[in-house]
Amino acid sequence: MLRISGGRVYDPANDINGEVRDVCISNGRIVPEVKGEGIRTIDATGMVVFPGGVDVHTHVAGGALTFARAMTPENHRTAAKFIHSPELRAGIGGTTPTTFATGYLYAGLGYTTVNEAAVPVLSARHTHEELRDTPIVDKSTCVLMANNELLLDLLEQDETERAKDVLAWLIWAAKGYGVKAVNPGGVTAWKFGKDAKILTEPVEGYSKVTPAKIIGDMAAMVDELGLPHPMHLHCNNLGAPGNFNTTLETMKVLEGHRTHMAHLQFHAYGGDDWHNLRSESTRIAEYFNSQPNLTCDAGAVLFGDAVTITADGPWQHLLYQLTGRKWGNLDVENETGCGIVPYTYKGSNLVNAVQWAVGLELLLLIDDPWKISLTTDHPNGACFWRYPEIIHMLMNADFRREQLNKLPEKALSRVVLADLDREYTLSEIAVLTSAGPARALGMPRKGHLGPGADADVAIYHDDPDAEKMFGHPRYVIKAGQVIVEEGDIRKMVDGREFIMRPSYDPGVEEYLRPLFEQYYTMSFDNYPVEPERVEGADIRECG
Amino acid sequence: MITLTVKEQPNVPLEAESISPDVLANLSHEKIGALPMFLGKRQVRVSDFFDVDGEASDEIEIRGDASKIKLIGRGMTFGHIRIAESVGMHLGAYMRGGTIEVSGNASDWVGGEMKGGIIRIAGNAGGQVGSAYRGSVTGMSDGMILIEGSAGLEVGMRMKRGTIAVKGSVKDFAGLEMQGGTLILGGAELRTGAWMRRGTIVCLSEIPLLPTFAHECSYNPTFLRLYARQLKSRGFSIPCEESDGSYHLYSGDAAVSRKGEILVWQSLAS
Repeated sequence: MLRISGGRVYDPANDINGEVRDVCISNGRIVPEVKGEGIRTIDATGMVVFPGGVDVHTHVAGGALTFARAMTPENHRTAAKFIHSPELRAGIGGTTPTTFATGYLYAGLGYTTVNEAAVPVLSARHTHEELRDTPIVDKSTCVLMANNELLLDLLEQDETERAKDVLAWLIWAAKGYGVKAVNPGGVTAWKFGKDAKILTEPVEGYSKVTPAKIIGDMAAMVDELGLPHPMHLHCNNLGAPGNFNTTLETMKVLEGHRTHMAHLQFHAYGGDDWHNLRSESTRIAEYFNSQPNLTCDAGAVLFGDAVTITADGPWQHLLYQLTGRKWGNLDVENETGCGIVPYTYKGSNLVNAVQWAVGLELLLLIDDPWKISLTTDHPNGACFWRYPEIIHMLMNADFRREQLNKLPEKALSRVVLADLDREYTLSEIAVLTSAGPARALGMPRKGHLGPGADADVAIYHDDPDAEKMFGHPRYVIKAGQVIVEEGDIRKMVDGREFIMRPSYDPGVEEYLRPLFEQYYTMSFDNYPVEPERVEGADIRECG
Repeated sequence: MITLTVKEQPNVPLEAESISPDVLANLSHEKIGALPMFLGKRQVRVSDFFDVDGEASDEIEIRGDASKIKLIGRGMTFGHIRIAESVGMHLGAYMRGGTIEVSGNASDWVGGEMKGGIIRIAGNAGGQVGSAYRGSVTGMSDGMILIEGSAGLEVGMRMKRGTIAVKGSVKDFAGLEMQGGTLILGGAELRTGAWMRRGTIVCLSEIPLLPTFAHECSYNPTFLRLYARQLKSRGFSIPCEESDGSYHLYSGDAAVSRKGEILVWQSLAS
C-alpha cells in the first residue's frame, strides 16, 4: 500500500486541476483511501502528480523495427548506453532503442502505456515476443488491415459481412487490440509499382475497391464490432505537398464513424511541389475541430536524426530517392509492405522547417486537447524520448518563437506558428500525454487517478523549464510499484498486453483455410498467435 | 612526457579509449592508473595493464607491445602520442587534432572517421584506414594519415576530405565510395575507386582499373606539386616533374557520378 501525499494532482478525467490531495494505492489500483500498517508514504509536497503517460502511436517492436535497427549501426554508436546492472539489462537508446531500453526510456519519462501502431499478422508472433522483453510499460497493438488482399477481395465482391468476420478473426489471430489502416490501397498498389493517391479511383488490381471504400467500410466494421479503439488511420498521400486535400476528403468519408487519424502533421501540407510546400494546418484543424467522431495524434517533427519506418512502401521509395541514403523495403505477402529510410531533419531545410512548424501548429490549433495526443510517430518524426522538448514549446510561447526565429526566413512565410499565442496549462498537458490518449484507445483504467484506475503515476518536480521537468520525473509508479525513485530506475516489473477478442462467425476459418493454402507461405494452423504465447495477456471480448 | 609501459598482455583486446592527451594531460599517476578501460564486458583500470611514469604533459609514450590495445587516442584534440612498438585497432578514431606516431605496425581502422590531426605509421597498417564506420555516410573528413609500409582493404572508404598517403601497396577497394579528399598509393590491388563520387586517387604504379573509369588525358597536374612539397617535408616523395614522366588521368566511377579521378604515374624511364 502506498500513499502519495501533498502533491498537486492533475487528473483531468476526474476534473481535478492542481488540487493538493492524496493519491492512495493498493494492489496495483488507485483506491479512495488506505488504512492500517505497512503503508509507505511518498511525500510529494511541492511536486506535480500526473497519471502515467500513454503513447497512442509509436513503433517499438516487430519485424520493421528489427530491420531498422540492423540498418542503422551508425546510430547505435552514438546512442545512450544502458550498462548491465543487477536491476537493468544492457541495451542502447538512440533512434531505435533496443527492447529493454525502450521500457526503461518510456518509464524514465513517466510513460506507462504504449500502443505499437503497426503490426502485420504475419509478424505478430515476433512482435509479441519483443513486447514481452519491453518491460515496465503496458502494451497494445494495432493490426495492419487496409491492404490485406483477402479483405480487399471481399470488399470487391461487396461481401462486407464476411469481411467483418475476417477482420475480427485477424485481430484475434494477431492477438491485437485495434485495426490499423496504412495508405489504404496504396501498399497493395505498390506491389505493382504504383500508389493510391486519389480516394475515388479504383486500387491497382481491383475494379470496385477504392481507398475511400476501404476507409469507409473498415471504419464501419470497427464500429460495428464495438472495438474500444476506433480505426487507426494513416491517410493516403502521406508527406506529399498538397496532401491536405486528401486529408480533408478522408475526414468527409469518415463522417458518422469514429476514427483516430495518426500523425496528422504528415498530412497537412499545401503547395504543389517541394519548392512551395507550405502549412495547411489551419484548414485541417478547422475541419477537424468540427468533427466530434475524430481523434488524432500530432506526429510532430523535431530537428535531428530519425529513422522513418512505415508500412507505406511507395512513400518510402520516394523518400529514398529524395535523400539518396539507405532504403529498406519489405514485402509482407498478402498483407502489407514496409519501408525504412534513415532521415535527418534539418532546420535549414525548408521542407523540414515547415514540417516542424505544422506539428506544433496542429497541437495549438486543435482546440480540444482531448482530441489530439502528443506523438512524434516515433521514430519517424523524432524519438519518443524527446517529448519533453515539445511540451516545453507548447507551454512557453516565447521559447517557441525563439525556436521559430532560428528557421530560414523563407520558411516563416509558409507557416502560421508565429501568430499562435496559446500556451498549454499543466492540466492540458496531462490530457495531451495521458488522459486523452487513454480515452482514444478506449482504456478505462488508464490515464486517470480515480478509484479503480491502474496505479500508474508520474510525479514531477515542479520546474518552470518544462523540458527539464518532464524529462526527469522524480517518481514513476507502475501498477503500484515504485519504478523510478529520485530519477533512477530502481525496480523492474513486467508490463501487460491488452488484447481484444471481437466475436466472429467461426465458419470463417473454413473460408480462409483454402485461401491460405493457396496464397500464403505459412500453413493456416501455424498462422494465429497462440494466446499462451503472449505473456501478461489481458484479454477483453467485444461485439 | 607521460610514459605508459605495457606490463601485462590482455587475453582479449583491451578498449583503452581513455589513453588520450585530452584525458591524461593534467592527471597525477594515481589518477591515470585509476582510469577505466574495458576488457570484454569487464571494467578494469589503466594500472592493471600499464606502469605509469613520467611528468604531467600533453605528450604520451606507450612502450611495449600494444597490438592488442584498441582505441588509443580516440577523439583526441591536441597533444602527441608516440607508440614505441605495434598498436591495435581503431588508433585515433574520431581524432580532431594533435599527432600520433607509431614505430611498429598498426591494425585496422586507423583514423576511422577522423576530423583532423596527423597519424604517422612507420610500419604497415591494416584495412579501413580513415574509413567510415559501418553504416556511416562519411569517413575521414580532414587531417592526414601517412603510412610508410603497406595497408589493407578499403583504405579511405567514404572519405570526404584530408589526405592518406601509403608508400607501399594497398589491397582491394581503396577509395570505395570516396566523396572527396586525396588518396596517394604506392600501388593497389583490385577495384580501386569503386563507386567514388569525387576526390582524387594518385597511384604511383600501374593498377588494374574498373571498366567504369575512362581515360581522359596525360598531364602533370599543378596541384600535385603543392602536395609533393608538403609531403616531401614528411619524408614522402611524389614524382611530378615533366622530365620524369606524366600522369594518366582516368575519370569515374561512371557507375555513380564520374566526378572522381584516378591519376596513374607513367614514368618516362619505363
